[in-house]
Amino acid sequence: MHLSEFKKPQDIYVVINYLKGIDKKINIMEVCGTHTMAIAKSGIKSLLPPNIKLISGPGCPVCVTPSEEIDAVLELCKNNKNLIITTYGDMIKVPGSKPNESLERLKAQGQDVRIVYSALDAVDIAKENKEKDIVFLGIGFETTTPGTILALEEAINQKINNFYIYSMHKLVEPALRALLEQPDFDIDAFLCPGHVGAVIGEEGFEFLVKEYNKPSVICGFEAGDILIAIYKIVNQILNNRVELENEYKRVVKKEGNKIIKNKVETYFKVSDDLWRGLGLIQNSGLKLKDEFKEYDASKKFNITLKQSNINSACKCGDVIKGKIEPTICPLFGKVCTPENPVGPCMVSSEGACAAYYKYLVF
Amino acid sequence: MDDIITLSYGSGGKKTSHLIEDIILPSLSCDELNKLSDGAVLDVFSNKIAFSTDSFVVSPYFFPGGDIGKLAVCGTVNDLSVCGAKPEYLSLSLIIEEGFKIEELKKIIKSIEETSKICNVKIVTGDTKVVEKGKGDGIYINTSGIGRLIYEDLGKDKISEGDAVIVTGCIGDHGAAIMASRNNLVDEFNVKSDCAPVYELAQCILQYGDKVKIMRDPTRGGVATTLNEFVENSEFTIEISEEKIPINVETNNLCEILGIDPLYSANEGKILAIVDSSVAENVVNDLRKIELGKDAAIIGYVTKNFPSKVVLHTNLGGKRVLSKLTGAQLPRIC
Repeated sequence: MHLSEFKKPQDIYVVINYLKGIDKKINIMEVCGTHTMAIAKSGIKSLLPPNIKLISGPGCPVCVTPSEEIDAVLELCKNNKNLIITTYGDMIKVPGSKPNESLERLKAQGQDVRIVYSALDAVDIAKENKEKDIVFLGIGFETTTPGTILALEEAINQKINNFYIYSMHKLVEPALRALLEQPDFDIDAFLCPGHVGAVIGEEGFEFLVKEYNKPSVICGFEAGDILIAIYKIVNQILNNRVELENEYKRVVKKEGNKIIKNKVETYFKVSDDLWRGLGLIQNSGLKLKDEFKEYDASKKFNITLKQSNINSACKCGDVIKGKIEPTICPLFGKVCTPENPVGPCMVSSEGACAAYYKYLVF
Repeated sequence: MDDIITLSYGSGGKKTSHLIEDIILPSLSCDELNKLSDGAVLDVFSNKIAFSTDSFVVSPYFFPGGDIGKLAVCGTVNDLSVCGAKPEYLSLSLIIEEGFKIEELKKIIKSIEETSKICNVKIVTGDTKVVEKGKGDGIYINTSGIGRLIYEDLGKDKISEGDAVIVTGCIGDHGAAIMASRNNLVDEFNVKSDCAPVYELAQCILQYGDKVKIMRDPTRGGVATTLNEFVENSEFTIEISEEKIPINVETNNLCEILGIDPLYSANEGKILAIVDSSVAENVVNDLRKIELGKDAAIIGYVTKNFPSKVVLHTNLGGKRVLSKLTGAQLPRIC
């Protein structure tokens, strides 16, 4: 099938018209930032009745990276002139806790910061710059961890000794549990990220249904996928069903990807981790195991996190938790814009604030 | 406001606007400059001319469909063309980095020669500078150009409700070609820069005289950013339909893979024009008779529904705002 058939499947208007006729109040959390952007770009919100709300969750890698980590990376740059920082694009604009500090600004001042599409590109940079130390910023969830593993294996196999990973990788399940345990959490159902599902399998989301009684649908990333998943959720709720459904069967299997799961276990240990907005969550992060410490930037450069004070008016924390819509934040569109972002939700191309600012404020 | 220039200031989007409007214009303001159009229209010794300048820093300097030399000629020629002028004379300034291969320089000059012949313009003055190794990135080129004004009544102030928005062909090809080159994807994706002179297309549109309101070539920042420039600070809205926008399949696929929105990807051989709706279909039919205009299409209309905004009607029938480019999607694209 061609991609366009998922963007706009045949007869999708039947689904759209059905959803338009629903008058029950239903709050659906799209966990993943890629869904947030796909929803905004395809205009799905404008097709739904106001009582069906799509609320962004904690699934934007840049957004959930706490300011303490950003500060630590900026500090690392300032103290090590022989460094090349390699990162996925959005990270370079995230401001630290001090005003006017970001990787983008350090780059403009001469620090070697390079945007890579793949972690393997960072290894190539290490090969080409043997006299420099190359640090790859490993951010993201179950979906980006395999890329980091590929890079690590490449570095090990080729005996590259100037490549280091700063792992800020996170796990989706502990964050969702932390959200669900919050007393004022007002979400009826989940739109689960298909690409995370490709790794953890359908079984990785079963806790949402079994332990928390929330209808959930694993969903692909084209507009048609999302509308069909919303339709499935609405159908469950109207018929008092609570099930885990898989709309993304073309990719997500019951057990996920065993090879990747095994590799994650080989190289990483699960540890407590700090999340923006959610604080310290037990067993929610992935750090390199001690036997790979020679590739671990946090060991090599002795990176430690210091308490940081962020702009208290910034509501990214509440946005990530799905408590408020971005436009409620007093900084939104005034002090905080994609050109001069205060919080990461406005920076990231997957951030809920950026999605609202760019696509949804008419 | 930042205290240093970051790459975002070169993106052609919102920060570029800040750079021009908040740092440059307050000191250098004059009637012609304040219009911020692609070129200035001047009265020189009782002759109306258009005058424009552009610098080219594209990386890599050879790419599928063109090179920095072809781009340097087309860029300025196109700015003059969409001002309603016939390009006549260009200046050429080269800033070359120590160590640059003469063979490559010759290839670039050859390309400048060929393109200026096609455009029927003469390069009549120039300059060369060489900077130390590491102080430039191969080669930078500046061209300035003068054209004889044929039609001068173009401007944002001519736009009115009901006007049609026309694009002269498939969007985003130049940006896609550069990204394919940078990411070693040239063999996988058949994308080519659309770098070409648009003079013939401009003249085709201008046959319709005062029914033509404004034209721009949507380079950095892409179609989305140029459309925003048409209506910002005005009472008007541009509403376009996603399904009407012409786009090459390969460009679309590459953009999907790289996470780029083709609406923000640069064009170097296209015109966005706003024309009276009564002539829009005729304009498009005429454009389609020209090879470079074969995919021309009406992509939307001017309304007053959401003042100063550009709104995209999506394939699914939803709608969303289409804002100016923010940040540096693709640095050094032209």
